[in-house]
Amino acid sequence: MFERFHQYAAPMHFHRLSRKLSPWLFGISAVLFVAGLVGGLILAPADYQQGESFRIIYVHVPSAWLSMFCYMVMASAGAAGLIWKVKMGDIMARACAPLGASFTFVALATGSLWGKPMWGTWWVWDARLTSELILLFLYLGYIALQSAIEDRRAAARAGAVLAVVGVVNIPIIHYSVEWWSTLHQGATVTKFDKPSIDVSMLIPLLLMALAFQVFFFASLLVRARCEILEFEQHTAWVRDYLRGRHKA
Amino acid sequence: MSALAAAACVLHRDLQRARRRLGDLAQPLVFFTVVVFVFPIAIGPNAEVLRNLLPAILWVSALLALVLTLPEVFAADYADGSLELLILSPHPLPLLVLAKALAQWITGVLPLIAMSALLGGVLGLDFSTWVAVELGLLLGTPVLCLVGCLASALAVGVRGGPLLLALITLPLYIPVLIFGTSAARNASLALPVDAEMLFLAGLSVLALTLTPFGIAAALRARLA
Repeated sequence: MFERFHQYAAPMHFHRLSRKLSPWLFGISAVLFVAGLVGGLILAPADYQQGESFRIIYVHVPSAWLSMFCYMVMASAGAAGLIWKVKMGDIMARACAPLGASFTFVALATGSLWGKPMWGTWWVWDARLTSELILLFLYLGYIALQSAIEDRRAAARAGAVLAVVGVVNIPIIHYSVEWWSTLHQGATVTKFDKPSIDVSMLIPLLLMALAFQVFFFASLLVRARCEILEFEQHTAWVRDYLRGRHKA
Repeated sequence: MSALAAAACVLHRDLQRARRRLGDLAQPLVFFTVVVFVFPIAIGPNAEVLRNLLPAILWVSALLALVLTLPEVFAADYADGSLELLILSPHPLPLLVLAKALAQWITGVLPLIAMSALLGGVLGLDFSTWVAVELGLLLGTPVLCLVGCLASALAVGVRGGPLLLALITLPLYIPVLIFGTSAARNASLALPVDAEMLFLAGLSVLALTLTPFGIAAALRARLA
């Protein structure tokens, strides 16, 4: 009975729950985005050193945070799918990967845009940048493996193993890259030891971080809904649901 | 039959299969040699520059040659069904796949290290750098081989072959590459290399203890 609940009913209920929740979440994130952007781009004062360019942190920092958070969600969901055979775990892990890759890419791209006026180059071989780039490669490897395996269940399980391996490796990669970059160039560009940030700049940043977080969950729900329909395409409820939509 | 005896059987079988198809073993070696010689052509015949770059060239070429052999690790066993028998056997699967990884290291990686020793000597690495490169490869390649076998198990029976495996494994190989090449750089500056060697050995021990379980889980996930 319990097994049945996990195996079959959960995705259906989740689908219904997700349809109710995601518009609300999108709405909340839109409000937070407006508040954060107004606070960050208009109300917050310009930085005494970096001028107006610092304002990119309101996109850059939240996406960098989310790029890592998303990997943890992906790996935990995958592990849940692998260990307890929770179907929703497989589905969530699959839905996470493209989102995480996008956040990682946004973090890298905005960092690069900021680096041009600040450091004078698009790219430096700094430890954090390199780790973030490797994270992007980890996401791309996961996506490639997912798309190479035809069967969805098998693909999800293989992806979960890879994500867990990635989680074990991320600290090793992070510290080895730090070792590597300190050997290479010492503290030439990484002297930005977190400057204490003023409250007028911090509040918009936190609002933006929250907005990104809610946006992530909202889009995760939408993506998960598509995955559910594809996973469960041969079940009766999906057929009924799609037929109902078709009529409406 | 005890579990260890079963693992020894797996090892013996893989070694014997490799011995009967020596031509297949030569291919990665030839590839490795060609890649090592392609770099100087691109860089230009400046002996000083090349000597500085040679350790990195040897490491990267070995990495690429190793990745190219990965699809073969489980391919034959998957094709003839013996992989299912391994999974169904009463012996612990992690031990059996460890034997397979060991066989892969002996047949696929050890010849590469020997070739890199030869090429490093011929192309004029000084002795201490040469030692650092070879020792680094000896200590670091078990990690590469085990993680590679894990990726190979994940992608068993999948189209995409070496490209997919390169995409999966190369990001995971970065720590080993960092420690290996930084040891060689230190050695060329007459600095100690103990720390890097200990890191490589530590990573190998970590990989030896964890990845067999990962490989077993991956095979079960793909075939069960």
